[in-house]
Amino acid sequence: MSKEKIAICPEFYDIMPPEYRDLVEQSTYGKEDRGWKDIGQSKELIEEHSLCAGCPESIAFRYILASLPNPEDTVMVGSTGCTSLVFPHVAVHNIHSLFGNQNAIASGLKRALSVRFPNRIKDVVVLAGDGATVDIGLDMTLQAWFRQEKFTTICFDNELYANTGGQESGLMQKGFVAKMAPVGKKFEKVNLPEIARESGCCYVVMCTVSKPNLVEKVIKNAIILAREVGPTYLQIYTPCILEIGKDSMEGLQEMRDSERPGERFKYKEYITDEAKKYLAELEASKKEALVAP
Amino acid sequence: MANELSEAQRSLIGTKNKKGQVYTDPYYLFNEAPRTTAFYTGSEVIKEAIRRASVDVMVAYPITPQSEAAALIGELYAEGYVADYMRGESEFAVMSQCAGAAFGGARVFTTTAGPGTMRAFENFPMWVGSRLPIQMIVTCRGINSPLSIQPDTLEMYFLLGTGMLIWHAETAQDFYDWILKAYIVAEQPDVHLPIAVCCDGFFVTHTKDTVSLTPPDMCLPPYDPYRSPVPCMDMEVPPVRMMRDPFVMKSNYISYLTHASWQEETRAACERSRKHTIPMIDGLIETENTDADILIVASGTAVSQGREAIRILEDEGIRCGLVKVKVLRPFPLEELREATKNAKYIFVPEFNVIGWLAQELKAALPDNHRIIDGPHVAGGMTMPAEVVVEEIKKTLGMTVATLAGRGS
Ligand SMILES: Cc1ncc(C[n+]2csc(CCOP(=O)(O)OP(=O)(O)O)c2C)c(N)n1
Ligand code: SF4
Ligand SMILES: [Mg+2]
Repeated sequence: MSKEKIAICPEFYDIMPPEYRDLVEQSTYGKEDRGWKDIGQSKELIEEHSLCAGCPESIAFRYILASLPNPEDTVMVGSTGCTSLVFPHVAVHNIHSLFGNQNAIASGLKRALSVRFPNRIKDVVVLAGDGATVDIGLDMTLQAWFRQEKFTTICFDNELYANTGGQESGLMQKGFVAKMAPVGKKFEKVNLPEIARESGCCYVVMCTVSKPNLVEKVIKNAIILAREVGPTYLQIYTPCILEIGKDSMEGLQEMRDSERPGERFKYKEYITDEAKKYLAELEASKKEALVAP
Repeated sequence: MANELSEAQRSLIGTKNKKGQVYTDPYYLFNEAPRTTAFYTGSEVIKEAIRRASVDVMVAYPITPQSEAAALIGELYAEGYVADYMRGESEFAVMSQCAGAAFGGARVFTTTAGPGTMRAFENFPMWVGSRLPIQMIVTCRGINSPLSIQPDTLEMYFLLGTGMLIWHAETAQDFYDWILKAYIVAEQPDVHLPIAVCCDGFFVTHTKDTVSLTPPDMCLPPYDPYRSPVPCMDMEVPPVRMMRDPFVMKSNYISYLTHASWQEETRAACERSRKHTIPMIDGLIETENTDADILIVASGTAVSQGREAIRILEDEGIRCGLVKVKVLRPFPLEELREATKNAKYIFVPEFNVIGWLAQELKAALPDNHRIIDGPHVAGGMTMPAEVVVEEIKKTLGMTVATLAGRGS
């Protein structure tokens, strides 16, 4: 898509909602160095959201959308869960179909876009909850990686089924007492980053959204690597403040606390040599372009 | 017919694809192009139809009796007739992969059967609500336990409520023509729905039959995703902000009304397919001698057995008419009422235990005491024409000779 495609026919300009006019005039489609710092200075690709006040998923969405390297040619795939309340407000094409089938949808989608636009980059990015990624959709998550499908999978890990009211999920911590885990969860938090590595992802990161710079970097890396090298996986802690009994101002502190050394969301990264080399070459060619007159 | 293509599709007519096949006007292809006859299994017929269907993506998964056809499409992919092809990990995943490809603007094909259909089920109403014109071949087989791979059409009963277009082929020839025609109907902007083209497994897939084929160097024009009534998810059209709050979260009248009206619209789209289907496959039903007192109404291979029974009855001086139901969704209500209006007895032979076609007819036709829901066979049992004859004669109070070999 080019920015002309969202342009408004002059006759209808005055009746278009102001949000859409802003999108045409002040969004960052096509801006090469777009990133989280555009937030507040340009029109964001997320309009509003109907998440709980202070839910860290909302800031995660904003950073991620601001960091997409190529939003004008990005299609996102969601799943059922709290994230599905946000996607209708997002100004990149996005698909909601069922609960847990997101990586199967993305596999078909990426293939269709590759058939139809063989000479263009069309990024596909999956964004789904931990229940969708690890429990009900685990086979499709893993099989897409086994097949080396070229897209990025992002899991919003809030360690429970938030949208249905806080039930046990595979990514919940052992011992946590929740609905459907009435005497505490009996098995360990599933180690999906490790499984992702074993399943063929070339880049895997586990982090929180406490640091926007970091989120921007990993999102860009993950999407760019998925184009050429192979599947990539990001597991991002977005605590469900509602279900863990925090106030709306406490989400950030919760993320900071849980990413301290030794804590379960301490930054973790895995990258293959091939992926490392690809990123280094890309960096070098960017520098070269800067030096050249 | 020409106006059933978009500008973009029309502009390609007469040009060649990368295999050298000429994109051909569907009307010409179906009605005027020279035909050659071949002696093929149903699986081979599926392959030959898909060779000419300009399919972008096929997703495959093994299950008898469609595995052979699904693998043959793989050969087409290797030869370059299908742009992409993959084996999914389960039918649930397969149907979601099909959805993803269709959301992305591809013409999509898949095949399944029996337990595969059931495994995939959550996807079908989603395909309908998302207006994805995917073609799925269903080669019906048993879904009962203990495990059965035998022909049995019970799975079609469950498909009837999904909102998909549902056609039921009798022969390999139906299959060949309908696979090509199904895309043209399903992709019309005022229809734009998934279509299940069903057949009775083994009877059609694994037996050889004479079929007349269109030339291999002519193919359908490609799918034009920009005729879809909902945006194609490729970021080539503006990404609209669809709604302020997702309707799923709202318990209010506007939310209910939106869901209700979209369901009605998808059902209406199914009804609108009539006007494209009727000229395309010559009516939703086919009739013979409907002035007779006795009628057989059937779909799939039960029609063939009905024909045979009618021939036997004729030799005995009993006149019996026939209605072949080709399309189950949209349901040919008016056509069936008209075709059965003279009948005193309506027999409905079926290859499933519940007799879903008879149930449908009983709900649709006046004086439904006329409907005799049988004979039924299930679990792979064959339905010799004599069994149909026996059912009819017994009902009419005539004496019947015990059939040889049917136990005592
Ligand atoms: C097939 C199916 N099973 C169950 C549900 C109910 N359901 C909706 S959202 C959800 C939980 C989502 O949890 P997660 O993926 O972790 O996302 P979160 O809401 O926590 O962000 C469940 C179980 C459903 N919609 N579909
Ligand atoms: S329920 Fe939890 S995850 Fe969902 S919006 Fe509220 S705080 Fe966020
Ligand atoms: Mg969750």
